[in-house]
Parts: sequence; C-alpha cells; structure tokens
Amino acid sequence: MNKKYLRDDIIRMSGVNPKKCMRCGKCSGTCPAYDEMEYHPHQFVSMVENGDIEPLLSSDSLYRCLTCFACAERCPRGVEPAKLIEAVRLTAIRRQGANRLTPSDIPAMLDEDIPQQALVSAFRKYTK
Amino acid sequence: MKFSYFPGCTLKNKAKDLDRYALRCAEALGVTLEEIENWQCCGGVFTTAKDEIATKLSSVRILKAAKDKEQPLVTVCSACHNVVKQTNHAILTDKEFSDKVNRYMADDGRYDGSTEVYHYLEMLRDLVGFDALREKVKSPLSGKKIAAYYGCLLLRPGSVMKMDDPENPSIMEDMIRAIGAEPVIFANRNECCGGYVVMESPSLAEKKSGDIVRNAKVQGADMIVTACPLCRYNLMKNGADIPVIYFTELLAEALGVKEDTNE
Ligand code: SF4
Ligand code: SF4
Repeated sequence: MNKKYLRDDIIRMSGVNPKKCMRCGKCSGTCPAYDEMEYHPHQFVSMVENGDIEPLLSSDSLYRCLTCFACAERCPRGVEPAKLIEAVRLTAIRRQGANRLTPSDIPAMLDEDIPQQALVSAFRKYTK
Repeated sequence: MKFSYFPGCTLKNKAKDLDRYALRCAEALGVTLEEIENWQCCGGVFTTAKDEIATKLSSVRILKAAKDKEQPLVTVCSACHNVVKQTNHAILTDKEFSDKVNRYMADDGRYDGSTEVYHYLEMLRDLVGFDALREKVKSPLSGKKIAAYYGCLLLRPGSVMKMDDPENPSIMEDMIRAIGAEPVIFANRNECCGGYVVMESPSLAEKKSGDIVRNAKVQGADMIVTACPLCRYNLMKNGADIPVIYFTELLAEALGVKEDTNE
C-alpha cells in the first residue's frame, strides 16, 4: 500500500495528531508492557509521523499493548499513543488471513478459572 | 431508587459473585436494579478507532434500552463500565460516529447519548451516599486492612470516565471506611494487571500482577478488593496468598446479606 495513504489512514482512524509529540518519552516510561515491546509507545508516534509503518505492522509489539491508557493519561501533550497503536493493530489484523487469534487456539489457553472477559477482550483485540 | 442494570457476560458465568452480591446489597440499600432485557456482551474492551462501528453497537443498544425506560444505567464490571461509558462519550462528542451508529438503529429510533451511566461505586457515592451506607452497616469490618485495587479500566481515560482522580483515586477507600474497615494505599493500585494480554503472554501478567500483590502486602493489606473479573483472575493466578475478592462481596459481608451458597 502507498506509504502516505497508509500513514494518513492511520492518523484519521486514530484521531491522533503525532505532530504534537515533543519526544519526552513519558509514555514509554509509564508503559507497563515496555519490557515486552520491540517498538515502544513514543516510537510508534514518531514512526507513524514519518510514515515508517511497515515495521510496526509486522511487530509483536502490537499485541503486547494492554490498552491500559496510562500513556494517554500521562502524556503532557495529549497525544494519546494508545489510540495510534490501536489503529496500527487494526490495520494489521484487518488484512486477509492476518488474525492473531483463532477459535482453535482457545482450548489450549483455557483453565477452569479464566473469565469470559479475557476471551472476548482478546478476540476483540486480536481478531477481525 | 430504580435504575437499569447491565451485568455483562462474565457476571453470568465466572464472576457470579460480583453480580449476586451487587443485587443483594442494592436491595439492602433500598435500590432496585432492573436488568436490561436481551442485552449482549459489550466486547470487553473499547476499540478507540473511529471507524469501528459494529463492535460498539451492543453498548449503544444497552444505553438506548435504559433511555427508553428513562432510567440511569448502572454497571458493576470495570470492563463493561469502561466500554459503555466510552461509547456513550463517543456518541456525544463525535457527530460522524453518532450518525453512523444511528444508521443501524433506524428501526429502534435514534440514540443521542443522553443516558447517565453510573458505576456501582458511583451509585453508592453519588446516589445512595456513603453516610447512608454507613448507617446500614450491620457488621462493621473493624480491624481489617483492605487494599483497593483499581486497575486501569475504572479510571482511564480520566476525561471520559470522570469517576475519580485517575492518579489518586479515593472512591473505593471511602467505601471501605464507610463499612468500618481500614483502607491500605499502595503504589500500583491504578496500574494494569496484564489484562487480556495474559492470553498472549502469561509472563507479562505474572510480572504486573505479582508486583501489585507484593506492594499491597508490603503496605500491610490482609485482603485486596477489585471490581474487575480479569484483574481478580490475574492477581489470583500470580502470587496472591491473601484473599482477592469483589468489592460487592465485601459490601455484602458488612451489610449482613452474605449468606453461604453452593455456587
Ligand atoms: S508522552 Fe506524549 S509528548 Fe511525550 S513522547 Fe509520548 S507521545 Fe510524545
Ligand atoms: S495503552 Fe498500551 S502503549 Fe499505552 S501505556 Fe498501556 S500498554 Fe503501554
């Protein structure tokens, strides 16, 4: 897909303006998934701004974000990186055959206490 | 007082205690919670993308059902509350989204975002009142040191959820005081437990939830309370050797309506 189109589409979908970012890194500093991410929240912001999206689309970092909104709440510039990560993740899983989780994966993940909430949330985040 | 009530999928399955005690306590406090008919699951997490419409319709229909009865809507699960409240906010603030959603609602009539949404804790604080609650307590939980674990969904985004100060909340501690126990404040009471990422990466949940339990214990907690089934699951699976229970169960104990059941 055309690089500029992809960038503009993600910005439109997320409602985020990455140009507001002042590169302070607070979002990444507060992110509970930081250690498990290859690209961190502040990198998502600058990479989307630069149209450097393909590496993000194939990164497992997309599936480590907890949607906890810590980065959005604490960003001093109101950038809300979580919304940008969500838009990139949706762009990835909306591609044909790109579902991260399928129903056949589920039985192996179950134990007798796991709440339904975990399954429906994972499906919403990982599957289209 | 009469309100519409949305329990959500998990409260009918793995988190029956959250639902059951919420209803019993409401009755003891003179509140009637009328369950919305034919509700569907909220989906567990709010999708922030502006072009996601279908995934938000179940919440819109829940909100509309409460509006049709001219009742405020009460939720109790943190996740349901977050999804329903964020959806309502999107309808109120994003005209394009609201128009698109309402195209699906044609047969039922438009929904305009006017339903008031209260989490059960907000209902206690703002509608019942913690003073009135204190007067209804039958067996005060004196001497118990209880850590309130908020997690992320109840509080954030703060500008939308508007429940409490997202960085220094007090609503659950105030409830704990009202029922005679002592609240324990600890460092990561408003940080994420690992959430649904436990499905992908149990090690992440282990780290986050383990830290939460450790910090609560270091501050002297005998018990942790939460409003979220997934938080409870993650804390219990990852090192909680003190009880982790729903706030509604604690409330039921104090109000003297916690009978033993077999479920
Ligand atoms: S906290 Fe906000 S301003 Fe700072 S790096 Fe992150 S997105 Fe940019
Ligand atoms: S929403 Fe995602 S990126 Fe932001 S702080 Fe939470 S886990 Fe990190």
